[in-house]
Amino acid sequence: MANHDWLGLKQELPRQRRLLLTAASFLLPLAVWCVVSYVPWVWHPLMHITDAGSVDYFSTGLDVPRATFFQEVAKAKAAGLDVPQGIRVNPPYLPAPHEVVRAFYTAFKTPPRLQDEPWLHQSLGRSIRTIFLGFFFSSLIGLPLGILSGTYRFFAKLQEPFIEFFRYLPAPAFGALCVAILGIEDAPKIAIIVIGTFFQQVLVIANSVRKVDPALIEAAQTLGASKWKLVSRVVIPASITDIYTDMRILLGWAWTYLIVAEVVGTMSGITLFINQQARYRNFDNVYAAIAMIGIIGLSTDMVLAGIGRVLFPWKARGARKPRTHTLFPLFDPIPLNPPKPKKVQLEANVAH
Amino acid sequence: MSPTEIKLPDYRELAPAVAARFDRIRTRPVILKIRDLKKSFGANGGTHVVFDRLSIDIHRREFICAVGPSGCGKSTLARIVAGLDEASAGEILLDGQPVSGPGPDRGMVFQGYTLFPWLTVRSNVMFGLLMSGKAESTAESEAREWLEMVGLSKFEHSYPHELSGGMKQRVAIARALANNPRILIMDEPFGALDAQTRAQMQHYLLQIWKKVDVTILFITHDLDEAAFLSDRILVMGTNPGGVREFIENPVPRPRSAAQFISPEFLALKKRLEHHIHPPVEGEPSEKLPMIKLTDAGDEVE
Repeated sequence: MANHDWLGLKQELPRQRRLLLTAASFLLPLAVWCVVSYVPWVWHPLMHITDAGSVDYFSTGLDVPRATFFQEVAKAKAAGLDVPQGIRVNPPYLPAPHEVVRAFYTAFKTPPRLQDEPWLHQSLGRSIRTIFLGFFFSSLIGLPLGILSGTYRFFAKLQEPFIEFFRYLPAPAFGALCVAILGIEDAPKIAIIVIGTFFQQVLVIANSVRKVDPALIEAAQTLGASKWKLVSRVVIPASITDIYTDMRILLGWAWTYLIVAEVVGTMSGITLFINQQARYRNFDNVYAAIAMIGIIGLSTDMVLAGIGRVLFPWKARGARKPRTHTLFPLFDPIPLNPPKPKKVQLEANVAH
Repeated sequence: MSPTEIKLPDYRELAPAVAARFDRIRTRPVILKIRDLKKSFGANGGTHVVFDRLSIDIHRREFICAVGPSGCGKSTLARIVAGLDEASAGEILLDGQPVSGPGPDRGMVFQGYTLFPWLTVRSNVMFGLLMSGKAESTAESEAREWLEMVGLSKFEHSYPHELSGGMKQRVAIARALANNPRILIMDEPFGALDAQTRAQMQHYLLQIWKKVDVTILFITHDLDEAAFLSDRILVMGTNPGGVREFIENPVPRPRSAAQFISPEFLALKKRLEHHIHPPVEGEPSEKLPMIKLTDAGDEVE
């Protein structure tokens, strides 16, 4: 196993190490956050005043810069007056991990300040609905157009130049237009997500369809398949796994348009929640809400990856190398009968 | 002992039994007729003619191998017959009917693995049958028969990626034959296999060919393979491109591995090698001007 270098060039790591590194990729940033939050001398630039002492503009509960605090302490000492007391704290916009974790629970329990404001779960629900409707409408047209474009040069030439141009236009730029056309409720928000997703979608899917091995199409032709049958029975099945992976990545992109979309018209969903909590200076809730977006996005992707493994059994092992630009590759090579792949690995090492 | 040192018969001398077999073959109807076929590539004025005025007749149930150096257009010929490439001139008649475009009457087995990875082995074999409008149940039972013929019944529910290279090509042969093609075109089908598997596949192919009414056009660059499998060998060349010779294979059937050292086999191979690797005048002799880089004391030759 000497060849199992942690930094082997282009070498797949054993499954255990991959899992370990995946865990580390989350734990390392978390560790940095913990150090900054719990080790007082790392940052903690403010003093939280517990006793104002003789300083007239200090009051209990006020946060002041450390330099100011110690100036006042020095002054008070020199004058022989009461010395102010305080503890080192981080600014309120950097809550400690445990506060954010607590907020995951309390944020759902906290009733909104105003009666007509939504609860957190309602905000989240509305955001998810916006994303999925936007993605659905985009896919409804983008998927067939992408497949057409990837299959026939005619459609590729007819639509791709324009789409290439259009995809450089930032979706938020259409915000005002969308409101003017579609009103201020959810419709313009969905439209922004469609605009942000659709053009990439057509190009990305067309590209995946174009990668279908032409030998498969030729083989099908010599077996008597023609025209539409070639598309439905060869081109689409041959590219469906790549398309599925594309769709997962695109869904991720759709999430990144969410915040922009939700400030269009009347602010809504998770964006409204984040903005209001920030205004009330409940930064723990803000972090919790942002983290929730990540958790929802990532868990959706993991579920989809799992579904993909069930849907496309021929990709379960081997065949083609999985694309690795997603955290949970669709076809993570899971050994179906464990001893065999191990042997293969050993042989591969000898070959190196 | 190299073949050049022993006295070999003329490769055109056919044993009476072999000659009688060729007489019988010639009485069979012509399945594939290629007339004045020309293929040229090129744009901007300059054209490269791969072959021109290529005319051959292939009789029913004949096994034709096409050999030649790379670039001689043997694969192009196969692709034109299959309808995957277009000829620049000339025509191809299948059973007297001109063909254009690919179709199920001309089956093809490619060098690369072209089984559909998303279909099981059985569904792969069923593909052509379903395309021709057969009912699912009919296609299924026919596919089973074909898989039995190539000895892969046990793997009917496996996916292609679970098979070895040789097994994949057997499925590909079954898939092509399931359509009952008039001619089976095989474009270096065993080129990607290791030597042992390739020899095994050659035996399998002969066994299958004996049982099925199919004419085979087999492209290869392996002269042993061509000599072992074929009835006739189409030798193609480059500069100028085209048919060098259409040789009647003097090796009697049934074929076996033992024949690889028979006089007819060696004579035929010598002739093929003469075409493919002609002795070039002024070529440097065996000794390369190589400085000795070892002093381990073991003279290897």
